Amino acid sequence: MVQSVGIVGYGTCVPKFRIKSGEIARVWGEEPDRISKGLGILEKSVPDVDEDAATLAVEASRNALLMSGIDPQAIGAVYVGSESHPYAVKPTATIVAEALGATPELTAADLEFACKAGTAGMQMCMGMVASNMIRYGLAVGADTSQGRPGDALEYSAAAGAAAFLIGREKGEFVAEIEATYSFTTDTPDFWRREHAEFPSHGGRFTGAPAYFRHVMGATQGLFEKTGTKAAEYDYFVFHQPNGKFPLEVAKKMGIDTEKVKPGLFTPVIGNTYSGASPIGLAGVLDIAKPGARILLTSFGSGAGSDSFAIRVTDGIVAKREAFKKVGWQLSDYIAHKEYIDYGVYVKHRRKLKSM
Amino acid sequence: MPSENLAITWRRIPERYRLTGSACETCKTNYFPTRKLCPKCRRKGKIMLKQFSGKGQVYSFTEVTAGPAGFELEVPYVLAIVELVEGPRLTAQVVGVGEKDVKIGDKVEMIFRKILEDSPEGLIHYGYKFRLLKKVAK
Amino acid sequence: MSKFGEEWTRGFRDMLTEAGGRAIEDAKMSGAEIDAMYVGTMAPGSLVGQEHIGALVADYMGLTPIPSTRCEAACASGGVALRQGYMAVASGIHDCVAVGGVEKMTDTPGDEIASALGGAGDQEWELFMGATFPAIYAFTARRHMLEYGTTEEQMAAVAVKNHANAAKNKYAHFQNEITIDTVMKSKYVASPLKLFDCAPITDGAAVVVLMPLDKAKKVCEQPIEITASTQASDYLALHSRESMTSLNATKVAAKKAYEQAKVSVKDIDIVEVHDCFTIAEIMAIEDLGFFPKGQGGPASAAGKTALNAEISVNTSGGLKGCGHPVGATGIKQAVEVVWQLRGTAGARQVKDAKVGMTHNVGGSGATAVVHIMKNDA
Repeated sequence: MVQSVGIVGYGTCVPKFRIKSGEIARVWGEEPDRISKGLGILEKSVPDVDEDAATLAVEASRNALLMSGIDPQAIGAVYVGSESHPYAVKPTATIVAEALGATPELTAADLEFACKAGTAGMQMCMGMVASNMIRYGLAVGADTSQGRPGDALEYSAAAGAAAFLIGREKGEFVAEIEATYSFTTDTPDFWRREHAEFPSHGGRFTGAPAYFRHVMGATQGLFEKTGTKAAEYDYFVFHQPNGKFPLEVAKKMGIDTEKVKPGLFTPVIGNTYSGASPIGLAGVLDIAKPGARILLTSFGSGAGSDSFAIRVTDGIVAKREAFKKVGWQLSDYIAHKEYIDYGVYVKHRRKLKSM
Repeated sequence: MPSENLAITWRRIPERYRLTGSACETCKTNYFPTRKLCPKCRRKGKIMLKQFSGKGQVYSFTEVTAGPAGFELEVPYVLAIVELVEGPRLTAQVVGVGEKDVKIGDKVEMIFRKILEDSPEGLIHYGYKFRLLKKVAK
Repeated sequence: MSKFGEEWTRGFRDMLTEAGGRAIEDAKMSGAEIDAMYVGTMAPGSLVGQEHIGALVADYMGLTPIPSTRCEAACASGGVALRQGYMAVASGIHDCVAVGGVEKMTDTPGDEIASALGGAGDQEWELFMGATFPAIYAFTARRHMLEYGTTEEQMAAVAVKNHANAAKNKYAHFQNEITIDTVMKSKYVASPLKLFDCAPITDGAAVVVLMPLDKAKKVCEQPIEITASTQASDYLALHSRESMTSLNATKVAAKKAYEQAKVSVKDIDIVEVHDCFTIAEIMAIEDLGFFPKGQGGPASAAGKTALNAEISVNTSGGLKGCGHPVGATGIKQAVEVVWQLRGTAGARQVKDAKVGMTHNVGGSGATAVVHIMKNDA
């Protein structure tokens, strides 16, 4: 890229409540162990009754802002990607911008591309920052996704958010984004119609023609575009609808699965949709050493994948250490948990028709 | 019903979303919510906007088991009077805890949550709540 | 007074008309002498959809075309109306003033009552954040427990005593005695306050007639002199106040009242205090000077506030036992003191009661009204 762009701060947010796969399986008469092992998901996060995609986005963005140390008034764009925006019409991004104190001199919009709306926002911010339209851009992936009761998605649909502040001053970077590549087709593997409460999906069709084709297509495309090989990367973060698909991608592409596991959080928090691969990236940035190279590939049903080649910079050490003292890292959110049973889960997710 | 007029909520966004309050330059007293007039200095006062940090401590608290309309899904919830480090006190929920987890004097920090929804098709009112500064749940 | 309670058969107009009739009869007047009316009521607009209460009351009490004015200061609406009436007579503008207080609460669903009463606090910064009135008083109770070691049992003793007094008052909402156990085993509403720490939702009305003392003596057998009428204010929201264990408005109004009446706290034989919650009575008997700060709880538990004890507090049963039809409470307190000072309070009569006090609070203490009365006979 002509103009360097990078991440100047990032943050996450995962709700406190968890429900175990086994608890959901119990309700539907499934075998808990078979479900848990089959999906590679032990438990998933559940939002509190007063949390939604907007509140998760705000909290993740405040963490990102805190880490970056920048003036919120310098933010020129806020994009919030989600498939569970609280309003069908009325932006989440304005709520986030106002809560950060970034208004009024900025552009803002909500994005939707199933589980990849967060990385779509990152690309938009990269373009605007690189072209000098704005100084900093904020891209957030946030979801409180819902699965139909009894559907396979109910074991994975979870809540969480990750936010990335994108800038162009190398001295401010915690990681530089060296390249991005996208792979997009029209593939109807998963959708939710207007006014429908729960999504519909194509079952096994969501696998090979959808997830694997796009994730592998984008990842391969990035290798070719940058002239790099799997061995040159220290970490791989793939979209993680369950605990197994990202590891299968690695196997199919000859990538060491040990490079995937550090960024794989679905087994313990579920699939946070637009938050999923961004949370994976944040988790890796929390532990990566300066110089480490990360390959991130998101996936959004419908369908498309965005790949990013990221290199951790020296600047990460000071910012990460300073942030740890005042803010919550992903590991704090993961450790801070309280289990609920299916009855309380039903209340939290407002699945009680009479209320 | 505690549902609120759109314009009231809209005018209160800086206060409710990010704890913007007032400070009197004359007597150096901080106020939350904002005031147009310093009650101590009256005409001699000079009121300026003041951004509060969101850090504070529990001054008093209760667990509400009989909640008002609109809070049916939230009960029981811990409600506290929080004293901000800058001085002013305010009333807000402390999230994710039960009564037994809270003591007067506990350190808290502001977080952003839904306060109230007018109806399934109505406006969602967001604003400040607080969480205990202790990171790990009991 | 009208009978306090859940008065399903009577509406807003009926209760006040009934109480007014009794007051005029008691004053041995026809009603034609009345040349102004003040009526305290908190939330008729929210509760029964009616504003313009002054005119309504004059109309239904047959008092048109005299000037008739509604007074509102949340739960202190009655006390404030009494003070307006007192000032109107004392100033010489009016010669005979009827002062009423009324609230019709049970025509409204429970959550709407709670919402209407919430207007007594700060709607935008307390109620909107999920506060209820029990929650606001729970904050004071929790601080009082921390600062002075007050206990839930001591608060329960207030409810027990007030139910015992109410059981001797035929106008009272509750006619039954309760035990400490009843209170302690009741459900928490906003910890540490339980259901039996809270005054009930009550319908009721009360009316008094005021005249210059010399003229009153000519028409009425036993007029009672108002020797002090004071009022004070404070920050609307509890969280804005310096102290949460003491109501500054009460202290300011009480100090002025003692000065105005030229009496000290030791001269007071009976007092009707604003016990919307048990902790409120404990704070009131401290702030009015009957007990040192922090001793209200132990004094209540030791029975020092019972009938004919150290100071007879809330002989009517208070808000807890007699009921709390919000706007009527301040006037009911005055009626009770009149009966006590006349010696006509029956089974709950306090011996040799010569000087009495009423204490009426709005919201969580943003308004306080104090009156001192004595038997001039």
